[in-house]
Amino acid sequence: MTGHTARIANRSRGRALGRRVAAGFLYSLGLPFLLLVIWAVASTSSTNRFFPGPLTILEAFRETWIGPAFVDDVLPSLYRLALGIAASIVVGVAAGTLIGLFQWLRELLEPLLEFFRAIPPPVLIPVMMLLLGITDTMKVAVIVFGAVWPILLNTIDGVRSTDSVMSETADSFQITWWERLWFLVLPAASPRIMTGVRQGLSVALILMVISEMFASSAGLGYRIAYFQRNYLIAEMWSGILLLGLVGVLLAATFGVVERRVLRWYHGIREVNRA
Amino acid sequence: MHVLSIRRPRSLRKVLLGVVGLTGFLVVWQLIPTLGLVNSEYLPYVTDVLARLAEELRDLAFWRRLGHTMTSWAIGLTVATLAAVVLGTIVGLVPFLRRATHTVVEFLRPIPSVALIPLAVLVFGIRMQAALLIIIYASFWQVFVQVIYGVADVDSVARDTARSFGLTRRERLSHLVLPTALPYLMTGVRLAAAVALILAITAEMVIGNPGLGRMIELSRSAGDAVGLYALVVVTGLLGLLVNLVFRFIERRSLSWHQSVRGEEVL
Repeated sequence: MTGHTARIANRSRGRALGRRVAAGFLYSLGLPFLLLVIWAVASTSSTNRFFPGPLTILEAFRETWIGPAFVDDVLPSLYRLALGIAASIVVGVAAGTLIGLFQWLRELLEPLLEFFRAIPPPVLIPVMMLLLGITDTMKVAVIVFGAVWPILLNTIDGVRSTDSVMSETADSFQITWWERLWFLVLPAASPRIMTGVRQGLSVALILMVISEMFASSAGLGYRIAYFQRNYLIAEMWSGILLLGLVGVLLAATFGVVERRVLRWYHGIREVNRA
Repeated sequence: MHVLSIRRPRSLRKVLLGVVGLTGFLVVWQLIPTLGLVNSEYLPYVTDVLARLAEELRDLAFWRRLGHTMTSWAIGLTVATLAAVVLGTIVGLVPFLRRATHTVVEFLRPIPSVALIPLAVLVFGIRMQAALLIIIYASFWQVFVQVIYGVADVDSVARDTARSFGLTRRERLSHLVLPTALPYLMTGVRLAAAVALILAITAEMVIGNPGLGRMIELSRSAGDAVGLYALVVVTGLLGLLVNLVFRFIERRSLSWHQSVRGEEVL
């Protein structure tokens, strides 16, 4: 008898789960699907050539980006982006930790940092072109110069806000400087560092695109601007779509990394909330 | 009084150190071309740049360009904020909408706004509307996301209390939702103001509608390094001003709240 009820209970639970999955599916894909249909219908009935239908764009996407263009334009762009992000994180965290640890250094540099952070990063593209010429180094330098500020400033704040009880405990246990940095200061600052990295990522992506629109003969940004100048509308849209995909992938990757790095932190917050 | 007397030497020290840092930077900048580390054609003397800056500030054409930039900045920021507040409140308050729009928001938000520049040029040509499209798109998401978070953050006990006291929908909006969401909203607007300025200048550089950004691009193509550096300094000061003003507004409007919730929201 128990087996029978259990089977029924199982089945209804299974059905409820199935319904929830279906609902989640519907919720997450319903609106995008609806919007695509509306777009498709609108594009077939209108004569505006600037807005081709989704199928045309998809076709253009396949023809434009899958093939040699992926190796010639997309990969170099992504390579520069990755290089720029990596350099920003290294420079931002190292300098931020140093500045955050010493109060006099912080006070010495604060007005300068505020000023440099306030410069709109794309403005530095012409400056970097003067200093470094039209090279890959210049593009990476532009990315670093834009993306490093949120990381740097958040690291400074994070290092400063190390829990005072913990640092006093560390003092009384006489841990070495390196241990202190590695086991106390950096973990304490890591939630803020990750916030900074997230802000830095979107700046880096923007700068990757603009630096290529300005001074390049290859790369994603250059391609999109080229398509626009030559009135290749569907191809241009496919480029925008590709950039959107890169942005989404970047955000998703960051989400995974952040969850891993900050697992302990989210755990503590969960416990505190409960 | 006692507290004041302690605090003053510290803040004096802070100002002094800040001035030392700034002066040090200017001296290093001056020394680099003087010592020939970098050709002064590429990195001009700081004295020349500052002189040019003073010259620009007396020039009416400069102020007109600044006016163009700040106009598109202000229009873009206002439109984006209004749209984001209205849509964010509606979406944030209705769970059905929040779930249904999640995917679309998560896909549209990371699209770098500059990717839309070619589209904007095609549709609007070299005009301010093209720049506005970019500015609004970028700053909209900053505010929208914060408003959604803020509206969803209403304390459940407070909400139930309000309901059992029979507050009307409008009363609940103004006494419950607004005060909860305001800190989030102010953070969003402050971030959006900075982003809008960046994109206003970027759009002028790339699209070529009149403003500071186009002037920067023109100085570059004319090989006028001094003018270019002077304009970069101007944009930095402008960004600094925008940051300071919005931080001040934020602190002013949240004086009752700042201690409760920090800026860490996202």
